Amino acid sequence: MPDAVTIIDVAGVPERPASAGRERWRAIARNVFPFLVVGGIWEIVAWAGVFPHRLFPTLEEVAQSFVQLTLSGILPHHALETVLRLLSGFTLAAVFGVTVGVLMGRSRRAEDIFLPLVSICAPIPGLAYAPLFLLWFGLGNFSAVLLVGFVAAFPIIFNSWTGVKAVKEIWVRSAQSMGADDRRLFSHVILPGALPYILTGLRLGLAQAWRILVAVEMLAAVPWGLGWMIFGARKFLNTDVMMAGIVVIAIIGLTLEKLVFQKIENYTVVRWGMITS
Amino acid sequence: MTENGQTIRSFRRAAVTLTVAALFYEALARSGYFAPALLPTIPVILQALYASIADGTMIEHAAFTLYRVMFGFSLAVVVGIPLGILMARFQRIEHFVLPLVSALMPIPSFALVPLFMLWFGIGNLTTILIVFYAATFPMVFNTWSGVRSVNPIWLRAAGAMGADEHSMFWKVIIPGASPFIITGMRQSFLRAWIAVVGAEMIAASDWGLGWVIFDAKEFLNTDIMLAALIVIGVIGFVFERMVFGSLERATVLRWGMMRKAKG
Repeated sequence: MPDAVTIIDVAGVPERPASAGRERWRAIARNVFPFLVVGGIWEIVAWAGVFPHRLFPTLEEVAQSFVQLTLSGILPHHALETVLRLLSGFTLAAVFGVTVGVLMGRSRRAEDIFLPLVSICAPIPGLAYAPLFLLWFGLGNFSAVLLVGFVAAFPIIFNSWTGVKAVKEIWVRSAQSMGADDRRLFSHVILPGALPYILTGLRLGLAQAWRILVAVEMLAAVPWGLGWMIFGARKFLNTDVMMAGIVVIAIIGLTLEKLVFQKIENYTVVRWGMITS
Repeated sequence: MTENGQTIRSFRRAAVTLTVAALFYEALARSGYFAPALLPTIPVILQALYASIADGTMIEHAAFTLYRVMFGFSLAVVVGIPLGILMARFQRIEHFVLPLVSALMPIPSFALVPLFMLWFGIGNLTTILIVFYAATFPMVFNTWSGVRSVNPIWLRAAGAMGADEHSMFWKVIIPGASPFIITGMRQSFLRAWIAVVGAEMIAASDWGLGWVIFDAKEFLNTDIMLAALIVIGVIGFVFERMVFGSLERATVLRWGMMRKAKG
């Protein structure tokens, strides 16, 4: 058994690139390899007929229905509606959450008013609210977006609140002694100082929104949307359509995480040297 | 004195806020602006809660839900911690597992419920598997980053003092990674708790808090829905604060590895 020290050192430090191009190819191959193995196992199980064929389609069938649905425009339409709903709900949550969180961090009165409400409502799973929202606001887009916004707001509130409270006292004091007024203090010290936390909160909120949205689409009977597509496909035993939907959901989730949030982080807090990427 | 006085004042303000919110809700419910079936008054909700606890149904529902959560969560811990440790210690395993984990993680567990229902039928098995799916990933991720972030100086110091592989692992790496592991358990419990309600709504047979809410919707029993919501909130709160909070206090906070968060 190798020594722990060396293993951990190796894991922490990326290997020196021999040549950048070859290194990249190797990285891609390394990332693809596990999927090939899992895909192969899937294929073997599907062909062996352990499960009924209808319930466990081969990868070709999944790919075929994926291509078919994409070409006929059904899948993009579902995905577009879902993303639109996600964005509107998330925007609602971001605006509301950051405002309330920053208020709570800045003023003790606001903290005392909001904190009890927030800490009671936050631990309840968002989906538990869903039937209530459906009864109150009816089926369809409005309650779906509202619920997504409501549920995604909590991590954003919590993180903005912690972030504002975690701004170093010394920064605030030095800015004040250099004569910064309240507005400048807020926009030049507190907001940038709290930004790492706020961004983490937005990230958590988006993940939360994404999870709840798929569920809500199943319950709220909206005419288009990936969640609805998966749920509807179950009724007709279209397992291949369900799998195609899950693949699209995974791709969108991964894209949001890798392309959107890591970029934002790199442009702001990493560049300012507040965290290392 | 000021610290104490401030705590008392915060408590009083919290009480005032909650009372005002309750009164506002009560006024809204009694105003007749909404149908009373959709917005029951607080006494009605409490009565429904009391009645369902008194005849034992709510307790049985909660027991079923807790059984599913604990089963799935324990499975996730049993699988997640060893996997995370293996990933952190052997690069080969990390290279194999990490891409799979990062691809599966963004899939909401709820998207898999219809598929799992077809595969495993309706009932406990599907629900537990969904909970397991939801809870495993935070566990793996946190254990992995925890073991990786053990301070190298500690490892070298222990190695210089002649620790063998076995005691290095149990005395240095595991305690060093424990703040992350406990955070992971906390996160994965939270996700398990979220997942179970969703899974029960669609895939449960006839017991479980999620099922109560969903079933009550069909009959417009808003009071029972709100009562179940209260039970869900209370159980989640108790686990989050009491169980994991005290676990944290007993281990990593006492060892001085983590400062108590202020605020």
